[in-house]
Formats: sequence, structure tokens, C-alpha cells
Amino acid sequence: MTMLFYLAGAVALISTISVTISTNVVHALVYLIISLLAVAVIFFVLGAPFAAMLEAIVYAGAIMVLFLFAMMMLNLGQATENEEKAWLRPQLWVGPGLLILVLLVQLVSVLVTQRVDVVPVEVGVHELSVLLFGPWLLAVELASMLLLAGLIAAYHLAKR
Amino acid sequence: MPSIPYEHGLILAAILFVCGLIGVLTRRNIVFVLMSLEIMLNACGLAFVVGSARWGHADGQIMFLMILTLAAAEVAVGLGLIIQMYRRFHTVDISVLSEMKG
Repeated sequence: MTMLFYLAGAVALISTISVTISTNVVHALVYLIISLLAVAVIFFVLGAPFAAMLEAIVYAGAIMVLFLFAMMMLNLGQATENEEKAWLRPQLWVGPGLLILVLLVQLVSVLVTQRVDVVPVEVGVHELSVLLFGPWLLAVELASMLLLAGLIAAYHLAKR
Repeated sequence: MPSIPYEHGLILAAILFVCGLIGVLTRRNIVFVLMSLEIMLNACGLAFVVGSARWGHADGQIMFLMILTLAAAEVAVGLGLIIQMYRRFHTVDISVLSEMKG
């Protein structure tokens, strides 16, 4: 299980970096789907099978397919890819990249001080739903309202 | 059952978040900006699930569900905005949106 965690983590890292440096939108989307599936494997290893399933179904399935449909509607061609290559000049991303790297080093140096080994205990869908429809019921209702608002807003915005 | 170091999960989440942050800051194509935002939200969800596994409690997973809902709503609205922008300006370059004429 520990090997699986590191393997999936490496896959997630490599595919996320590929998303960040890719110039073709559709290739980046496929890399992003791989990254999300790798994170789903990590969730499974960490004892969260319901979260893993939702990650695969909702994130990698629904949201990314929505992205792909929107890309098909936009129909971005070779010209956009060439533009993207011209925009990805090193002098544009070296400055912010270095500053963010400093922040990352700080974050990692704080995180490595707390050494705790996690023995994953599976928290299944039953315990999760007892909590969701008990103390977190208000959050579920608010999430449903948020989704409804998103639906109406997307309908109005994408209308001709 | 073999164990997983807690800090390695959090470090993975931090690195994924930083990848997304670099994408948001340096990209000019609005589609890539939206994708980088997705990466950042996903990294936050990963951190919540790692915390949930650390404390053996389901609350972190519930926060992940909330992040998932937020990401779905955000992507729907964001893609609608991108389609509308492409219809008006025929480009996905965010620098054409720099003039706010009221």
C-alpha cells in the first residue's frame, strides 16, 4: 500500500507538471484527467473509498468532460498553440516561479518537522452519510443551492 | 496494515498546489488558468483527505465533498464565461479583458 501511495503520487506530480508546461489545451486536459485519477488512487490508499469514487466520477468524469465539450465548442486550432508557445517565454515565468519555489521550500520545511505515520482506517460511505445527514445537513443544503445557482448562471452565460 | 507518513501526503498536496499557482500566475490563456484553478482546488481536497486519514475521522472527507461541489459550480460558470468571451473577442487571451469601460 505504501508503494502504491508513492507510485500514484509520482504519477500525479508528473502529469500535473505536464499540464503546467503543456501548450496544447486538449493534451493538457488529458494529463489533468490522469492526475485526477492518480489522486483518486491516493484517496483509496488513504482509506477514503467514497472520496476516491467521487474523484473519479465527478472530477475526472463530469468536470473534465465538460471542459472537453467546451474546448470542442471553442475549436481552438494550431494558431492558439503557437500563441501559447510564444507566451511561455522563460522571462515570463522564472520570476514568479522562483518566488513560489521559496514559499514551497518554507512550507515543506515546516511540514517535515511533524513526523506522524498514518495507518489508514477505512472510513466508508455509511459513516460518511451518517455525518452528512446529521451535523452537516445545513452544508448539504447549501451545496445544493450552490449547484442550482451554478446551473442557472451557466445557462444564462452560455446563452447566445 | 502498512503505514504512510502523514507529512508526505501533505507535501504532495503542497507541490500540486504550487504547480497550480504557477499556472494561474504565468498563463495568459484563460482555459489554462481555469485548469490551474482546478489543480489548486484538487490539492486542497487532497490535503483535507490526508488530514481525515491522519485523525481517523470523516470530517475531512466531508470538506472534500464541499470542495467537489464548489469546483463543479465554478467550472460550469467559468466555462460559460469563456464561451461568451470567445464569442465577443475571438480569442482566449486574458489580456484583452484589461479595459473596464463603465
